[in-house]
Amino acid sequence: MTVKSDMEPKEKKKLTYQDFVPENEVKWCPGCGDYSILAQVQRVLPELGLEREKFVCVSGIGCSSRFPYYMNTYGFHGIHGRAAAIATGLKVSRPDLSIWVATGDGDMMSIGGNHFIHACRKNVDLNILLFNNRIYGLTKGQYSPTSQKGMITKTSPYGVVDHPFKPIALAIGSGATFVARSIDREPKHMQEMIKKAGEHKGLSFVEIYQNCVIFNDGEYSKLTDKDSRDDNLLVLEDKKPMIFGKGKDKGIKLVNFKPVVIDLNKKENSIEDVLIHDETDESSMRAIMLACMIEDHKLPTPIGIFRRVQKSTYDGDVNLQLHEVTKKYGKGDLNTLLNGGNTWEIK
Amino acid sequence: MAKEIKKLESVTVRFAGDSGDGMQLTGARFGDTTALSGKDIATLPDYPSEIRAPAGTTSGVSGFQLNFSSHAIGTPGDLVDVLVAMNPAAVKVNLKDLKKNAIIIVNQDAFDAKNLKLAGYESNPLEDDSLSAYKAVPVPITTLTKNALEDSGLSPKEIIRCKNFFALGLMFWLYSESLIPTIKWLENKFEKHPDIKEANIKVLKAGYNFGDNTRLFTERYKIEAAHLEPGIYRNVSGNEATALGCVTASLLAKTPLFLGSYPITPASEILQYLSKYKNYGVITFQAEDEISGITSAIGASFGGSLALTTTSGPGLALKTEAIGLAVMTELPLVIIDVQRGGPSTGLPTKTEDSDLLQAVYGRNGEAPVVVLSASSPKDCFYMTLEAFRIAVKYMTPVILLTDGYIANGSEPFKIPSVDKLPKVEVKFLEEGREFYPYMRDANLARPWVKPGTPGLEHRIGGLEKSHIFGNVSYDAENHDFMCRLRAEKVASVQKDIPDLKVLYEQEGELLVLGWGGTYGAIFHAVEKARKAGMKVSQAHLNYINPFPKNLGSVLSKFNSILIPEVNLGQLARLIRSEYLIKPIQFNKVRGLPLKSFEIQNKILEILSEDKDDSKK
Repeated sequence: MTVKSDMEPKEKKKLTYQDFVPENEVKWCPGCGDYSILAQVQRVLPELGLEREKFVCVSGIGCSSRFPYYMNTYGFHGIHGRAAAIATGLKVSRPDLSIWVATGDGDMMSIGGNHFIHACRKNVDLNILLFNNRIYGLTKGQYSPTSQKGMITKTSPYGVVDHPFKPIALAIGSGATFVARSIDREPKHMQEMIKKAGEHKGLSFVEIYQNCVIFNDGEYSKLTDKDSRDDNLLVLEDKKPMIFGKGKDKGIKLVNFKPVVIDLNKKENSIEDVLIHDETDESSMRAIMLACMIEDHKLPTPIGIFRRVQKSTYDGDVNLQLHEVTKKYGKGDLNTLLNGGNTWEIK
Repeated sequence: MAKEIKKLESVTVRFAGDSGDGMQLTGARFGDTTALSGKDIATLPDYPSEIRAPAGTTSGVSGFQLNFSSHAIGTPGDLVDVLVAMNPAAVKVNLKDLKKNAIIIVNQDAFDAKNLKLAGYESNPLEDDSLSAYKAVPVPITTLTKNALEDSGLSPKEIIRCKNFFALGLMFWLYSESLIPTIKWLENKFEKHPDIKEANIKVLKAGYNFGDNTRLFTERYKIEAAHLEPGIYRNVSGNEATALGCVTASLLAKTPLFLGSYPITPASEILQYLSKYKNYGVITFQAEDEISGITSAIGASFGGSLALTTTSGPGLALKTEAIGLAVMTELPLVIIDVQRGGPSTGLPTKTEDSDLLQAVYGRNGEAPVVVLSASSPKDCFYMTLEAFRIAVKYMTPVILLTDGYIANGSEPFKIPSVDKLPKVEVKFLEEGREFYPYMRDANLARPWVKPGTPGLEHRIGGLEKSHIFGNVSYDAENHDFMCRLRAEKVASVQKDIPDLKVLYEQEGELLVLGWGGTYGAIFHAVEKARKAGMKVSQAHLNYINPFPKNLGSVLSKFNSILIPEVNLGQLARLIRSEYLIKPIQFNKVRGLPLKSFEIQNKILEILSEDKDDSKK
């Protein structure tokens, strides 16, 4: 089992899913995609090799942000948009903790955008789960920064005119070192993404397409319905060709620096033409290209790990510097502190 | 030629020039030297918000005022005895603050047609009679600096940059102060640039010798050492004292310090100082914005750090919602607001005490916090300790108000002995059979539990929580109860703070009540008024919320209460609403500290009105 090096697993009773289920009732709407995310996190955390008390869930405001109340470990339900900043302060001062940020498209892409990009840039060792339902749910149905153009909502009765964010592209562009996407209806896949996020040292960002049954039902049905799923979903696998389709007969090819779908049943196309995925590629070009594929309806929507690279973490570097300066100057004490600077004596 | 040395009790000096002339540095060097030779000192830097405003213009004038004395002072002085002006603009801007007969040492070389025009002079004030009320002493400082450095090998630009040390040397001569501390400072500062070091030392000495040789001065002065309490001293600015207070609190509490902060004038220095103290275990997080500054600190506090955020007025406004979160989660957090001129961006580099109501009331909901204020640069140290002591004991956010005046001003600070420092005690709950996150101790504080503690897993947040159990609760009665409980907890801090002390008579005609950076000015005003035979007492508030428990009874013992403030009457409003009395206000919001003579005049006005009334 891979564990982050600064967290030492102890041999004790093995944790299970049940250990993370709290006594209090979960109060999301029946059928909400959030239930699936909660269940997958509760299944994955016991496998990360840490004691329960070392996990902390931090959130902002919104449906997603009730998450900490539903996890039987330490939790902090913050204020709107600020989860990443709260979590950064906690992580840098307590690098021994494993911190999970639960957030939504309004919370983190809108009001919390600034904290999000800076946490990515600094590569703080946090795990951010973005519950993206492309709507403001808790305020009852206004459009969000990820709502698609033309969408009818309470605040866009004639259709959304905004251009939406592409959260994956934003995370990659801001410097996140682990960036992935999954879907509420793909529990196994989501578990794998969450587990790899937990194992990654550095900022892990997992965008989860989550269905809001009340205000934006069916937003992702093209990707989740049996009939359409396979032809619209590209499951990324490291070092493997990007193929999809019911018969695994479609592939992504680069033509004039643009991704296009090719039919592998046709003679002129071969598997050799298909792009190979490489999540650890130092260059972020391929990952950005994949992140932008959601704009083009002719292209499938990728899920999986877009990018996974190693870079020193902010919390690690801050604490390393603390250690190095202390080694150089010695551990400070009160007398040295107070008597520093130019002093003189009055007799 | 040996000149007569005249003894003086106290002198106020102001160095002024272009913001690139090094006036802040010159003033600080002068201040350190006078402090080292045992004087009591107080300093006041006054600089424009532009880093380098157009050279030669009045908007680019940077000043550094310093009062040094053989007696206890506490203010940088109302009016200036000696002005060192590096150009015509510096004369023009500062003339209004000079005493009659003040000495004006000017850099004569800078009084050319171009600079006169830039300063808006139609004729040369050195040649017409516009300075006849003063003793103007024109010295060709640039020329003399160039002469001294003829063979230095430095570029003309580098040579001219040394001229502030000529002025400094001359001032050391004039006030019979030693060059040695400055020479030592230069040796240290320019260790890696021996040519610059040598040049500055040479110019410093040239300035000193010029005083001895010139006929421009017929006498020189000496201020005796002050009778300060015996001990080891260092000179501290308010911001430096605040930073020292933070690290001291952390060491006393044996709990690591975390500062989340976003740079803002005039508070940035605290972040700068604290970022040096890594070997004291201090983590400084320079956040992406003010909100991240405070919310990261809240996260660190949740994690068990002694957490703090520093800011100034506009930043405090941005932190408002997060302070409410700290109130709701009942986590210890210190918020330091170095107040400046507002509203909005206001006067970033100028002082003002106008965030009082924002600190006490500025949040949504019933959100009580403890509000403290510091009254002088060195007091910032003690009030910072006090802020942390209260924050951790009561599990509450504490706002400490300082201001640009005491933050940038400096004075000698007697280094306290470690065993006499107050206790800052941190207790983490580490185990418990019956644990609930909102159970309370005798101080109504809830337990502080660090994540990572087995068996005490719990969730907190901004939603209302049920009493004791800490579950999310929308229950009407519970919310009413919790609002009252939080208010009671903050109010109960009153039992744990010192009574307000009254200087001089404990009852009588007039009490001057102040808070914050006005202490020194009020102290002098009252002292002088009493010397003139007036019966007036003084009290100064360091605790604003809650007020000291004897405040009501103190106020009831005086016929009149005068409240001087650098705002339009914010403390007066609090006092009125709390004690139903009508204090007399004295308010100036000019971006400057109050002057003691103004307060003295107000005292005189009140006391003579009272006499007139009694005759009727």
